[in-house]
Amino acid sequence: MSGPVTQLGLLYAQLSLLAVGGVSSVLPEMQRQVVEVHRWMGAGHFAALYALAQAAPGPNMLVSTIVGAQVAGVPGALAASLGMVGPSSLLTWGTASAWHRFRDRPWRRAVQAGLVPVTVGLVIAAAGLLAVSTTHGVGTALVTLAAAALVLGTRTHPLLLLASGGVIGMLGVS
Amino acid sequence: MPPPRLRDLFTGFFLAGIMGVGGVLPIARRMIVEERRWLTPIEFNDLLALCQFLPGPNICNLSVALGARFHGAAGALVAIAGLLAAPIGIAIGLAGLYGRYGDLPVVQHAFIGLAAAASGLVLGTALKIAWPLRRNRAGLGVAALAVLAVAGLRLPLLPTMLALAPFSVWLARGR
Repeated sequence: MSGPVTQLGLLYAQLSLLAVGGVSSVLPEMQRQVVEVHRWMGAGHFAALYALAQAAPGPNMLVSTIVGAQVAGVPGALAASLGMVGPSSLLTWGTASAWHRFRDRPWRRAVQAGLVPVTVGLVIAAAGLLAVSTTHGVGTALVTLAAAALVLGTRTHPLLLLASGGVIGMLGVS
Repeated sequence: MPPPRLRDLFTGFFLAGIMGVGGVLPIARRMIVEERRWLTPIEFNDLLALCQFLPGPNICNLSVALGARFHGAAGALVAIAGLLAAPIGIAIGLAGLYGRYGDLPVVQHAFIGLAAAASGLVLGTALKIAWPLRRNRAGLGVAALAVLAVAGLRLPLLPTMLALAPFSVWLARGR
């Protein structure tokens, strides 16, 4: 039987290779695995940990670190983090020089142009599923819509948006 | 500008990592292109395209590709270690605090609001990423299919991608 540390490492190594477009495109799959397949936590708890990762300094792959820490402490955090960045880093290391060499080839542009719409769809799907899981009523729906509008229309600092959401939540809005 | 030494790669990405709340990429770009001039803006965009096209966290891929360009495997390792060392330590500390105080009602309430705002942040950023596609009908169709499959039908990611990516590349050929 494999323990949770091994399971975390293997799960995040898979997600690492699936994360075309970045970590946010695998959020729904991460949530499905963590909540429904492994039953490590509920959907609300997962969303809270994702918010915590957003508020922490550093890349958004930290959601893997924080989920790993909640499931299996420091070893879990390290296994999940290494899983999340290890396979994709090896692939990048192996591909970087070839990519540079083929930068003017038409096939490279076609591949890039074809992958962008898939990535966009995955990121929008991820955002929609995340928003559904963090909406508990009219108040939270309004907070999400207001934050999205401010991101689109203004240069408000992300940390200010998160802090405002936290204060609004403390007032008992849900 | 002379090429960065290994310790420059470490310190540059270390600073970008701890200063990057809500997105490391803008800070990393400023450090690499404007302050330290390791790459020209065009070289940076070209490298970033690779890092978005490959799976994995974009900014981690960028640190690996940049480190590898200047110092091979050692450079890649040093750059990503610099980027992640402090944020992973801080995140483990925050997870510990959350585990200890997360059950307090006031913390739970704060996180309900914080999570809703984080969702809005992701939603807004997703729409920003989608904006350049607005006149590309085939691209919008593929994006809509991906949304339907993953969010609507809750299909697993891997088969969805394996089905959609070749189709989308085929649609994009010759564009």
